[in-house]
Amino acid sequence: MEMQETRFNLDIMGKRKMAAMLSGLMLILSIASLAFQGLSLGIDFTGGTLVEAGYSEAVDLGKVRDALVNSEFKNAVVQYFGSANDVLIRIPPSEGLNNADISSRIIDLLAGTGQNVEMRRIEFVGPQVGAELKNDGGLAMIAALAMIMLYVAMRFQMRFSVGAIAALVHDVLITLGIFSVTHFDFDLTVLAALLAVIGYSLNDTIVVFDRVRENFHKFRDVPPVDVFNVSLNQTLSRTIMTSLTTLLVLAALFVFGGEIIHSFATALIIGVLVGTYSSLFVASPVTIALGISREDLMPVQKEGAEIDNMP
Amino acid sequence: MNRYSLWKYILILFLIGMGALFALPNIYGKDPALQVSAARSAEISELTEFQVTNALEEAGITYKSTSVANESLIVRFNDEDTQLKAQDVVKKSLGNNYVVAINLAPATPDWLAKFGAEPMFLGLDLRGGVHFLMEVDMEAAIAKANEAYMSDLRSKMRENKIRYKTITLNNDGGLLIRFKNDGERESGEDLINKSFPDLDVTNPESNSDEAQLVATMKEQVVLDTQKLALQQNITTLRKRVNELGVAEPVIQQQGLNRVVVQLPGVQDTAKAKNILGATATLEFRLVDEDHDVQDAVDGRVPAGSRLYKERSGFPILLQKQVMLTGDSIIDAASGIDSMNGGPDVTITLDGRGAKRMSKFSGDNVGKRLAVVFIENKIETTVENGEKVQKKEIIEEVINAAVIQEQLGKRFHITGLESTKEARTLALLLRAGALAAPIYIIEERTVGPSLGQDNIAKGFDSVKIGFLLVLVFMAIYYKVFGLIANVALALNLVLIVAMLSLLQATLTLPGIAGIVLTVGMAVDANVLIFERIREEIRNGNSPQASIHAGYEKAFSTIADANITTLIAALVLFSFGTGPIKGFAVTLSLGIISSMFTAIMVTRSLVNLIYGGRRLEKLKI
Repeated sequence: MEMQETRFNLDIMGKRKMAAMLSGLMLILSIASLAFQGLSLGIDFTGGTLVEAGYSEAVDLGKVRDALVNSEFKNAVVQYFGSANDVLIRIPPSEGLNNADISSRIIDLLAGTGQNVEMRRIEFVGPQVGAELKNDGGLAMIAALAMIMLYVAMRFQMRFSVGAIAALVHDVLITLGIFSVTHFDFDLTVLAALLAVIGYSLNDTIVVFDRVRENFHKFRDVPPVDVFNVSLNQTLSRTIMTSLTTLLVLAALFVFGGEIIHSFATALIIGVLVGTYSSLFVASPVTIALGISREDLMPVQKEGAEIDNMP
Repeated sequence: MNRYSLWKYILILFLIGMGALFALPNIYGKDPALQVSAARSAEISELTEFQVTNALEEAGITYKSTSVANESLIVRFNDEDTQLKAQDVVKKSLGNNYVVAINLAPATPDWLAKFGAEPMFLGLDLRGGVHFLMEVDMEAAIAKANEAYMSDLRSKMRENKIRYKTITLNNDGGLLIRFKNDGERESGEDLINKSFPDLDVTNPESNSDEAQLVATMKEQVVLDTQKLALQQNITTLRKRVNELGVAEPVIQQQGLNRVVVQLPGVQDTAKAKNILGATATLEFRLVDEDHDVQDAVDGRVPAGSRLYKERSGFPILLQKQVMLTGDSIIDAASGIDSMNGGPDVTITLDGRGAKRMSKFSGDNVGKRLAVVFIENKIETTVENGEKVQKKEIIEEVINAAVIQEQLGKRFHITGLESTKEARTLALLLRAGALAAPIYIIEERTVGPSLGQDNIAKGFDSVKIGFLLVLVFMAIYYKVFGLIANVALALNLVLIVAMLSLLQATLTLPGIAGIVLTVGMAVDANVLIFERIREEIRNGNSPQASIHAGYEKAFSTIADANITTLIAALVLFSFGTGPIKGFAVTLSLGIISSMFTAIMVTRSLVNLIYGGRRLEKLKI
């Protein structure tokens, strides 16, 4: 077997059993956590009221909490938001309160603590809107996966399509799992991030598959495992480079983007890391396990005109 | 080899030029300004402009410039303090016929504005303001329509001497009509079929031998009624928002029964909520003076009457028949009653309403006419651990006065508690009665300081992320890295230009989308450059490697970008506000990065390396 020189020469596919075990373990943990613990859904999905208040100087959380709990807001959750000058107050939807008055009531209560306070953000989401969002969000995820599956099946072959989707489901589940284990807030922006992760991880996978297709045309009588291995090695420097540049900007977003964008940046950073791993160790092994062979790709000759597949 | 034809360079230069032109307005920023628009019969003219500048000069307030466009007058100021001071002065000088709103006016130079170039439209999370999602109560709209049919049916049957016993709302929907006998029922059925094409008549199976009919609205009629209710609500909300004096409000239909209202820059959210959320209307009914109120309080309410409460809490008996509803009101103004000095509201009716009013009041001079104020509120309460939304209708008799003479097109309502109440009532009435109640189901308010923070932080993270990538690329790919950096900068310019051109709303998640695009846009270049390196390693000449690198990477780039674009489009079609913003910038970023990362870098590479012998490539 003679192949061209590549910068890397790692036996990526040889590690696929180990990777499968690692992925399996991560998936089981994620699913278990999602099943037993669930996600700490933000008010976007549960409904409720959220108030962000800014003080001119550091404020004692206990005081704020007392002021609220001693009034009609028994279930108020109070926490710092970014700094000791900002607090975030969450009121669950089932309080028997008229929503239109909640924000003004809270302003009054906070002003009563004796410090100079300013309303920075108020969000109220009705229960029916939250329930709809949950459905729509799930639907969006499934629709995105279905359309991507269709496109990959069209451009490549069904087995590739299944491999790519397996990697995406893997990424989404593990990212969700990490959010579940760590109790990070899961809000609308995280859902958007998750869909962006789908796009990103797919990007990586498609680049590898493109190379695999090319190499199947180029090398004959080479076992598929080796074709995949060479392709992964050939694209490895690109995979690392792109992950690095993307992570660089995400780090900038995480550090400088402010509190409001934190969970979004967190979700993307986790997603990019998991997505990079999965395009190396999940998408390709699954495609091989499904029994992909050179013949599967032969009918597809879109850019294969110059390839010498004649005897 | 590796040379572009002239037309490609021209095309690239043209696109970059256009991009720069449309991105340019964003550099100039915005001026604090006042936007004066006419509220009712008034008009914006040079006279208004003169009046405003005069008032400002008298008050010693300096302004930057004034301009009249789109039927509104824009006065620019140097800072926000002057802007606020000026608002009071201008309001006082122009009076009630004008709306004076605080606004940020783009400081785009005239020559740029002539091209139609405008700065990006910032979302509420970046400029501060209130976002409401409101839902129209369609059940109420249908119930109201049914009630109208009920009263029409009654009078039509009486007219045709068809003897019916009762017409009531049917439990399973529609109206239940009970007749004396089968003969009457048949003539009733004929009448409805002939005179009420909107209704379907069925003969219900019932266990009593009574002659009955059920009349239901046809499906199409129900749909039309709902559509009308939504449209009417949107129109009313628009009027109310105008009354609030907000610059650049957004009022949009969402789905079949929802309306999005966005009020940029509004700080007094409580007031906005009260005016948007409260649905108020008036009904005029005669006081039933033939029966005893005490009997009714004890539970014996006469058939043709209903028990109401006055402001003071005293019960009052009113006739069920409504003389006039708030639909007929075309104008309402608050003022002071000339008789007793208390606050009053002067109401003007439309032609039909005036005719009705004049006939009824003429027939009933000497009797008492009650004004019923109806307000809808919604409250969420918990019952047995379940969330229950209670719709509460508050009906109050605000005034019951003896009709002194035949009333016409204009008349006064007195008996209001304060001038403030008179003003609010007038505003609500002026804005029109709502066809169906509407409720706030989502609210997002962003304070102005948070908006500024968000902009600052958003742009900081774009700048820093961008710089990091630039440095990284330059170190790793040397000359080619610099070429990619030029492309990346152009990519940013193009995204800003497209956002400005489309006037798509830029939100914080939108900025996140731009940041992400910066990271991913280099991917195309990384793919190409890695491919070129590979070709060189395989022993190909530099020129051939460049050519092959671009050629071979193209299908990969296309596949990768199309799949990401699919994800972005799904996001756009399923998402609401913030997610949409992210999807828009991500999609635009993908499209422009295809152009900059492939065509622009290739043209630069061709310019630098094309058409000469190369020994080595700096890559």
